[in-house]
Amino acid sequence: MTDAAATPAPLAAYARLIRRRVAIVAGLGVVMVVALLFDIATGPSNLPVGEVIAGLLHPSTLSAPARVIIWEVRLPYALMAVLVGAALALAGAEMQTILNNPLASPFTLGVSSAASFGAALALVLGLAIPGLPAGWNLPALAFVFAFGSVLMLQALASLRGTGVETLVLFGIAMVFTFNALVALVQFVASQEALQQLVFWSMGSLARATWEKLAGLAFVLALTAPFSLAASWKMTALRLGEDRARSFGIAVARLRFLSLLRVSLLAATSVAFVGTIGFIGLVAPHIARLLVGEDHRFFLPASLLCGAAIMSLASVASKILVPGTLLPVGIVTALIGVPFFIALIFSRRERL
Amino acid sequence: MARTLHVEKLHVGYGRRTVIESLDLPAIAGGEVTALVGPNAAGKTTLLRALAGLNPARGSVRLDDIELTALSIAGHARHVTYMPQALPQRVALTVFEATLSALMSAREDILPAAEARAKALATLERLGIADLAMRGLDELSGGQRQLASLAQSIVREPAVLLLDEPTSALDIHHQIRVMQFVEELARERGIIVIIVLHDIAQAARFARRIVVLQNGRIAADGAPEVAVTPPMLAQVYKVEARVERCSRGMLQIMVDRPLES
Ligand SMILES: Nc1ncnc2c1ncn2[C@@H]1O[C@H](COP(=O)(O)OP(=O)(O)OP(=O)(O)O)[C@@H](O)[C@H]1O
Ligand SMILES: [Mg+2]
Repeated sequence: MTDAAATPAPLAAYARLIRRRVAIVAGLGVVMVVALLFDIATGPSNLPVGEVIAGLLHPSTLSAPARVIIWEVRLPYALMAVLVGAALALAGAEMQTILNNPLASPFTLGVSSAASFGAALALVLGLAIPGLPAGWNLPALAFVFAFGSVLMLQALASLRGTGVETLVLFGIAMVFTFNALVALVQFVASQEALQQLVFWSMGSLARATWEKLAGLAFVLALTAPFSLAASWKMTALRLGEDRARSFGIAVARLRFLSLLRVSLLAATSVAFVGTIGFIGLVAPHIARLLVGEDHRFFLPASLLCGAAIMSLASVASKILVPGTLLPVGIVTALIGVPFFIALIFSRRERL
Repeated sequence: MARTLHVEKLHVGYGRRTVIESLDLPAIAGGEVTALVGPNAAGKTTLLRALAGLNPARGSVRLDDIELTALSIAGHARHVTYMPQALPQRVALTVFEATLSALMSAREDILPAAEARAKALATLERLGIADLAMRGLDELSGGQRQLASLAQSIVREPAVLLLDEPTSALDIHHQIRVMQFVEELARERGIIVIIVLHDIAQAARFARRIVVLQNGRIAADGAPEVAVTPPMLAQVYKVEARVERCSRGMLQIMVDRPLES
């Protein structure tokens, strides 16, 4: 190669690194698509895979029951898994960066707990937002509380002299507060309402509808480009707040806008499928191990990791106990943890 | 073209607590190194951060005829770069990426990618750490990390370079090397360099001007032989010390014993 001689070694090494990362992100995309197809092809009704694929490409060739199974059940569930995984992972990745804390995620900082409280109010106390169709009342209330919890973090962040540690502590305090409030509501709940609430908080894809899918897809499409546009700034923020500000980055503004995106992503996801605890925390860690913290790669890799894990969890939720659809919130951790631990150990050997 | 920085009636504090009160630093010249020394908690970091626009301050900081205190963070960053005393922990970025992010993160100076990469590499080469380019920041030694941090500041080619104890973790070879490099940089580009040091002999060797800060006030200011004297050392540092010239004419400070205050 003639131009390799002309390129200084570190620049060539950097170019190789970039190519490798592009390949990893593309690979994650492939894993996600395969997981998605696998998810669509799996289910209790034992449709042959060929028929499922044919049915996706040419819906008119399907029998009526198969059409309902594929288009009204499997496809929306599977797409919801991908979108929720993507949204929660992106939210977690942004939170970990802007709060400079590897334990930050929508779940650990109270967003899910707040949503549960909203759901509890709807299910147990029958609180209703006037003018909403019946099916939307619970997600709407969950959304309002989840969004509100991040806005409270936001308000605290805008007070002068609030460090990121304070924000994280405040988030953890919110987890405890909302959990206590949920317990309080549970205490007065009827047997039936209690059961519904417990089931809701396990997180289930069975709540997916095409409208909700459209809603979540819209939120992702709205926020992800802004996340990516801020990726160099977030990369620089990893070098420290003073450092980033001295590069000319308005850190408070970056944090404000990022938390706004996080609140939309997390609140919409949690409102539609319930509590999914694990993805937002661990998908960014997996992405970090794979591509480092150049956010041009870290953010997409987190998003794709989240989508893929969630999709695989959805598959597992169907096949772990044959004939039963387990709540996916239970399964995500069971699927993700071994994967995560394997990655940590494989990485350690390399060092 | 050498530039000049003027600081007038600067007040800096944290909340209700004032650290620096009505501080004047006339005509800090470009093209040479100015050292800022003083005991712990004298306010050196506070002053530097205020000059960089990172701490709210009242008063005037002028670069030639640009009033810096009137500028936003982004505006400041066009002229001034501050290298923090503390280094980041647990960051999964390589030395090269971190240097590159210093160039790419602020919208105003987005360069063509190839040019930014070449510039980042040139900076690492001048600091003698090009071989660390692909190493992760979190797998470096303390001194290597400090050099990487210095690279992130220098690569931005600011008119005012503020360095907060950039050599505190370095061995004697790298200390001298960094000081020489910083002095060269000041001369070549005519930029203003203010560097916080605890090693006064080092400051005297490389700086044309030494500013001694004590409790947020200027205790001495001038050429090394004017600013660094036994009475100053006794008053500011509470030590009994001799200031002598070695056979090559460099100032040496010999500390005999601490004084009771
Ligand atoms: N964030 C802060 N909040 C309140 N007071 C502070 C803060 N940072 C520094 N101070 C106080 O301001 C004074 C000056 O501190 P500064 O960090 O500027 O000292 P310094 O000269 O850089 O010291 P050192 O040589 O130890 O780095 C000290 O009394 C310190 O307690
Ligand atoms: Mg200091």
